Formats: sequence, structure tokens, C-alpha cells
Amino acid sequence: MQTTNLLRTIRLTAWIAVAVCLTGAGIYFITARAPDIQRVIGGAAGIGGPFQLTAHTGQPVTERDLAGKPYAIFFGFTRCPDVCPTTLLDMTSRLEELQGDADKLRILFVSIDPERDSPEFLADYMKSFDKRITALTGTTAQVASIAKAYRVIYEKVPGGGRDYTMNHTATVYLFDAKGGFVSTIAYQENEKNQRAKLRRLIRLAG
Amino acid sequence: MYRIILRCAMLAAVALASFALPAFANEYQAGAIKISRPWTRLPPAAAKVAGGYMTLTNTGTVPDRLIGGTVVTAARFEIHEMSVNDGVMRMRQLDRGLEIKPGETVVLKPGAFHVMFLDLSAPLETGKKVKGTLVFEKSGTVEVEYKVEAAGATSSGQHSHGAPAAGSHSGAGSHANH
Ligand SMILES: [Cu+2]
Repeated sequence: MQTTNLLRTIRLTAWIAVAVCLTGAGIYFITARAPDIQRVIGGAAGIGGPFQLTAHTGQPVTERDLAGKPYAIFFGFTRCPDVCPTTLLDMTSRLEELQGDADKLRILFVSIDPERDSPEFLADYMKSFDKRITALTGTTAQVASIAKAYRVIYEKVPGGGRDYTMNHTATVYLFDAKGGFVSTIAYQENEKNQRAKLRRLIRLAG
Repeated sequence: MYRIILRCAMLAAVALASFALPAFANEYQAGAIKISRPWTRLPPAAAKVAGGYMTLTNTGTVPDRLIGGTVVTAARFEIHEMSVNDGVMRMRQLDRGLEIKPGETVVLKPGAFHVMFLDLSAPLETGKKVKGTLVFEKSGTVEVEYKVEAAGATSSGQHSHGAPAAGSHSGAGSHANH
């Protein structure tokens, strides 16, 4: 009995190790390869995928609504003091800089705190940012589903009393007009890089 | 006669200015703890939270802790630790507060240690100040004012030796206020 348990534990540990290695290798492959290979892998290995969410305007949005234009997508919540408002302000500035080209891409902000971020609340919150940025929310299951598709990490952290805060991926993911993964913008990546990456995304869409 | 009046007026102005200086310097002392430039920044519309930032120096000989505080525009106040590692933002409440060792200076700033104003009850206004308190385990409670910087500011633009030039936000970071 004891030995079977031990064997099971060893087997499980081995499988976890294999999974960790594969994930690591995958991340290395995706991040370290040339940009054009990234696109192929992104498309094939499938960061991204189908989703059903609701925009801050109340409109339902699925992956089909994104077709035809490249997009930048990032995840966060409105009770975030730093990363989320900073990224939203960054994207607001980038859209202004792009001027006429700003319409050639979409910017999406997905709430990973749907319990508190209703479409109505997001509508108020988004008044501080560029109108062309779409905030998305949904049911807990819908948000879990898109986070899984985009390999986004998020978790509740208990705070004072019944309150909580969220940990979450702070990276902006860039996709081409066919929904293929292109590259990322890291948190606090300099403005010059942000601009170059968004311009390149628009060029790729040709 | 004219000159004397002028000189008196100038002296009066200097006296007034020197009175005003401590307020503009925005520094506070609670026991052994020196608090420099408490500030916050304009959060997005309707936002329920805002970060509070400052520099804390322990000029004493024993460790102390920032264990709480208040701000008039928020129902709750917490002390947080925040980091971004491997692309993931993590934030948590420091249950035991934030320790400041003797001789140590701890900077509370965006992306790092900060205090968090939760359940904002009134909108903040850029350039204004909001009253609050800070509570230290050993040094007790002190009244402070948080200066409200523009949205996206990465530091407080207030200079400790600056003239009282209202509306000057030179250090308000790289982001414009939208
Ligand atoms: Cu916080």
C-alpha cells in the first residue's frame, strides 16, 4: 500500500517535471525565435482562441469580431493601482501618436475581476482613456475561458475582511489580423519600443 | 519714509514665506520617523482605489513599522507590497505592516511598496491635497497631506525648496494627464 502510494507520487512528480519542462521549452521557443516564426508558432500552437465576452458598451464580443484587424490585448482589473491604469494610459498615448493609423488596430482590455467589473462600471472607468480602447468582461466562466486561451495567469489574493485583490499577467499580447500571435509588450517597456511594435503590427496587416 | 515702508513690506513677505515653507516642503515627523512628500495620483474615473506614496526614514535607534493610516477620501487604508516578475503583477497586503529599520529609508512608489486607498468616497483633484494620517507601531499617529499628482505620474513633482508656484508639476512623469 505504502509503496504504491510512493510510486504514484514519483510518477506524478515525473509527469509534473515533464510538463514544466515542456512549458519552459515552449515559452523559450515562442519568445526567443525570430518574429516571423513566432507568428507561425503563435497561430499553430494557439495562444488566443474563441471567446465570448461583453464590452463596456454592453455589446457582446467574440473572437470573430476581431477578425480583419491586428489587435493588442491585455488583462487586468479596475481595482489595480498601478499596472492597469498605466497600461491603459500608455495605450491611450500610443493611439494618439498613431493618429490616422490608430483605426488600423484594436486595443482590448479584459477584466479578470468580473465579479466587480461589470460592463456598466467599466463604461465609467474607461472615460479616462481613449475611446477606441474596448474593455471586456463576462461571467466568471467566460473570463476563465479567455484567460486559459491566452495563457494568462490570474488569481484572487485575500485582503482585509472579505475583500480581495488580484495577481495577474501584466503583459500586452499582440496579434495579427488573422488572430495569430505576433509578439508582446512587457510591463514598463519603453515608449519607443511600444510605438515600434504597434507600427510593425499595422505594417504586417499591410 | 517710502523706503522704510517698502522694507517693512519685504520683511513681512519674507516672514510669511518662511512660515509657508514647511508646508510646501511637505515633510512630517512622527517620533523617529521622517515622512517626506506623501502623494497620490489621479486614478481613472469611477475608480475605487488609488495608491499612496512617500519616503519614510527611520532616524532613531530601534526598528519601527508603518501599520496603518487613513485618508479622508477613502473608507479603507491598507499597506501593500507589489512586484512584477516574469510578466506577472503580484500585490498583497502586508499584515504586519512595513518595517523601517534604524537608519533605513524606505521609498513607497508606483510598482513597489505603497499604501492603498480603498473604496474612494470622493473624486481626487490634481494639484490639490488630501488630508490623512499615518500610524506607526512605535512612533504613533501623525497627520499628513497627500498631494494629488496627475494621472500616470511616476513621482511627486513637488520640490522641497521650490517656490510656492501653484500648478507646477514638473516631475509628473512621462504621462500626460488625459
Ligand atoms: Cu495595492
